[in-house]
Amino acid sequence: MESLNNNEWRVKVGLAEMLKGGVIMDVTNAEQAKIAEDAGACAVMALERVPSDIRKEGGVARMAAPKIIRDIMDVVSIPVMAKVRIGHFAEAQVLEALEVDFIDESEVLTPADEEHHVWKHAYKVPFVCGARNLGEALRRIAEGAAMVRTKGEAGSGNIVEAVRHMRTIVSQMKRLTTLGQEELVHESKELGSPLELVSWVAKNGKLPVPNFSAGGVATPADAALVMQLGAEAVFVGSGIFKSSDPAQRARAIVKATTHYKDPKAVLEASAELGEPMKGLDVRQMDEKDLMQTRGW
Amino acid sequence: MTTTHTADIGIVAIQGDYEAHAKSLKRLGEHPVFVRTPADLESLKGVILPGGESTTHLKVMKEEGLFDALKNFAADGGALFGTCAGAIMLAREVHGPKQDSLGLLDVSVLRNGYGRQIASDVHSGRTKLSDAPIEMVFIRAPIIESIGKGVEVLGEYEGDPVFVKQGKILASTFHPELTDDSSIHKYFVDIVSGKVK
Repeated sequence: MESLNNNEWRVKVGLAEMLKGGVIMDVTNAEQAKIAEDAGACAVMALERVPSDIRKEGGVARMAAPKIIRDIMDVVSIPVMAKVRIGHFAEAQVLEALEVDFIDESEVLTPADEEHHVWKHAYKVPFVCGARNLGEALRRIAEGAAMVRTKGEAGSGNIVEAVRHMRTIVSQMKRLTTLGQEELVHESKELGSPLELVSWVAKNGKLPVPNFSAGGVATPADAALVMQLGAEAVFVGSGIFKSSDPAQRARAIVKATTHYKDPKAVLEASAELGEPMKGLDVRQMDEKDLMQTRGW
Repeated sequence: MTTTHTADIGIVAIQGDYEAHAKSLKRLGEHPVFVRTPADLESLKGVILPGGESTTHLKVMKEEGLFDALKNFAADGGALFGTCAGAIMLAREVHGPKQDSLGLLDVSVLRNGYGRQIASDVHSGRTKLSDAPIEMVFIRAPIIESIGKGVEVLGEYEGDPVFVKQGKILASTFHPELTDDSSIHKYFVDIVSGKVK
């Protein structure tokens, strides 16, 4: 497939490959970024406010101020990611000019376009996008996303939605591998995704880009859970800097992600931890307060 | 006929593209294992340090005792091959910023030597292993700034060494594991087996 073979695409997906097995942490300033790096984060995500604060304070959530992002880029040597609003291609242009390493077109920010996502093939900087199911994941890849993550329910401290999304994507992929070519044409229509990507997944049983998990990770065991369900790396948003012990918790989640198949190591990582962030019951939330329904 | 294989080669699997290395080795008929703790090194003859984030690798290796265990592994005659972050881990000296390393390869490296992700690219270059050029995938790659006397340069890009060897220690600043070419992994397998000295 041509679009999945050119060199620009290969180095975009290549960077995503380098992040596998690691933890990407949300940070809002240089000090937090340093704590994250020292704890073993494989990348940091620069944003204006962590999702749980966006939820609490309301208002329009936008790309972080370039000055804050630049401060973060100056203080850490690991890759720096930053978020743009869904469809806000000018914010993406600014981040590319700033030379961030990865752009997250994120439902955590207030969408700028309710119909269109950014055409991500137009950028040299790779993009990551959220997805709740396989159709959404493949639409984002068709637009040029070099990494997919579950949306989960950001800022909830509740892993249930990330689990739902990861299980959905994995089981939809498994199902595709059992179908014949004529069935894939129908499936492409049902999923609302290009046939060539649907066929690729049917043949390979996985996404053509790394598949990470985000949205609700708050404890080392949460990280081990999504990794065992098929995530290739973990994003932690509010879970670290909204807990009582950010540096220790960050280290513990890194350890649990490396040793996700070893319960003793996950226990050891969790043993000394204090209070995690306070969580929200997603089922008690109003539809309008959900972030995962932003984008399509 | 069935044969039982014992693994000779391990891949450090703290984080990064360790699965891509496993794929490259399996293409050559090898049966690599993943290394996460010092105990995993037992009976191995060669270890690959993959691409990823060297700060993360360093941090976790030290916590797990793998940092010292790998130094001992090399001292006992084990072969090591590092790509990108792995090459940084092997270096004697690391800049940009300064950080600790295993110090098993007499080179000094500058992290992210070409710049940030926007400078990542695929180039074509020659190595001493074959006449045909190979693809060299550079991703936030380090630059080897200087090399010691005992270090052999096996490949260059734009005048800088990008593929080097010192005894049983092999390193590339690019990612052969992200291509279909197996010549570099084959070379490491031959170092491990003693075919290449």
